[in-house]
Amino acid sequence: MTEVRAEMVANVWKVVASAGDTVADGDTLVILESMKMEIPVLAEAAGTVSTLAVAEGDVVQEGDLIAVID
Amino acid sequence: MLSSVLVANRGEIALRVIRTARALGVRSVAVYSEADADLPFARAADEAVLIGPPPPARSYLDAAAVLAAARATGAVAIHPGYGFLAENAAFAAAVIDAGLTWIGPPPEAIEQMGDKINARNLMADNGVPVSEGSREPVADADAALAEAERIGYPVMIKAAAGGGGIGMSAAADPEQLRAGFETARSRAERFFGSPAILLERFLTSARHVEVQILGLPDGRVLALGERDCSVQRRHQKVAEETPSPGVRPELRERMLAAAVRAGEAVGYRGAGTVEFLVDEPAQEFVFLEMNTRLQVEHPITELVTGIDLVEQQFLIAEGSGPSFDPAHAGSRGHAIELRVYAEDPRRFLPSPGRIEDWTEPAGPGVRVDAGYTAGNTVTPFYDPLLAKLCVHGADRAQALERARAAVAGFTITGLRTNLPFHAELLASAEFTSGRYDTSVIEGMRRRS
Repeated sequence: MTEVRAEMVANVWKVVASAGDTVADGDTLVILESMKMEIPVLAEAAGTVSTLAVAEGDVVQEGDLIAVID
Repeated sequence: MLSSVLVANRGEIALRVIRTARALGVRSVAVYSEADADLPFARAADEAVLIGPPPPARSYLDAAAVLAAARATGAVAIHPGYGFLAENAAFAAAVIDAGLTWIGPPPEAIEQMGDKINARNLMADNGVPVSEGSREPVADADAALAEAERIGYPVMIKAAAGGGGIGMSAAADPEQLRAGFETARSRAERFFGSPAILLERFLTSARHVEVQILGLPDGRVLALGERDCSVQRRHQKVAEETPSPGVRPELRERMLAAAVRAGEAVGYRGAGTVEFLVDEPAQEFVFLEMNTRLQVEHPITELVTGIDLVEQQFLIAEGSGPSFDPAHAGSRGHAIELRVYAEDPRRFLPSPGRIEDWTEPAGPGVRVDAGYTAGNTVTPFYDPLLAKLCVHGADRAQALERARAAVAGFTITGLRTNLPFHAELLASAEFTSGRYDTSVIEGMRRRS
């Protein structure tokens, strides 16, 4: 199991993956926005997205859970 | 002189404008969002008005809220700073229609230069060199492929309504173009409200050099020297210097003349900047875009010319001439600006947070235009610029020396900043040699 967490305070601009999706290492899960910059959050391992913890428009804090890949 | 001014901006530039307003005896009004109540600019103004919640669309981009604040405070003029509403022709027109003085160029000039395709065509028609590129918007991916075939790879994919390097990407071949085109369209729609795209020939090793212009009330356009803005990450500027180490006198003369022609072509008034890409070995240049507002990096021009550009904006807006004699406007020494961003110095990723300690450097030739101070919180809602650290020296060597000392003397704790990157830049052979182009940061990263 791999947990993907936010690296900084940001707004969730786009949710690209959905729970249940099969992803490869490096696939984009969600796109955050902070300080006028888009920051893609990537899968850190191949597997199935078992949890997608954020929705578009959410604000995440540094360390918040974004997704779990099994 | 105008009796009062509302500054429709935030951070360092709002404070910068308030400073000159105060020196001229003009009452200043700040507007701020809920995120910015404690920032120095909101406290420095004679009066400050809360205009909305943190998201820009509901505060600094809310034209109706800004105009209401002007009415409520009796402000007679509006200075837009840069970004936000500064290059919004409809807003400029609304300010003028409300009977207020717009401290900026005519709305028609903003509109003509805001459409990058129109601007390119207008420049080409007025004898300003442009690179090979689209004369009309590129409709879809297939049209883009055909257009790129004609222009020749690599190409730059740009938003026609865009600017400031946002949403731009380069494509080296048809595959990259196909992939980049749709991304560029969706970003253009999102950031600039229009999906129109243009393609331009991408110069792989070019310097980014711009010319400061001032359009006077009598129609004359003055050019006040150039600024080299080649130090960029993600197509956005990190450091600037003047004069450019890559521009020889003969090329400078041609670029300044082209910038004056560009300003004259749109009947420009006030402060503006004409951006060019320079092919240094060939000593040739092409028009990139025109910024119809005060530029972020204007302080380095002020340092070498001794001219307060914001003061000139006020004077021109009320119909007066400049405060200096254009026949004797010269340049002295060398100046460098380092943009201090709230971002990690390695990957340049945003790093919002609370500022604990903030200690600015001081000394001969050092100027700091800051937007924050100790105890402030840097939020994710706005761009990461914390301060502009500027230095002036008798020559480039002295400016570099002063810049190194100033970076070492700047302490910001509580969040990550790019100050360590600036120390690295000022120590690098790439930058100190003066022989660099827009790929300078990539070059430094490859080496380290």
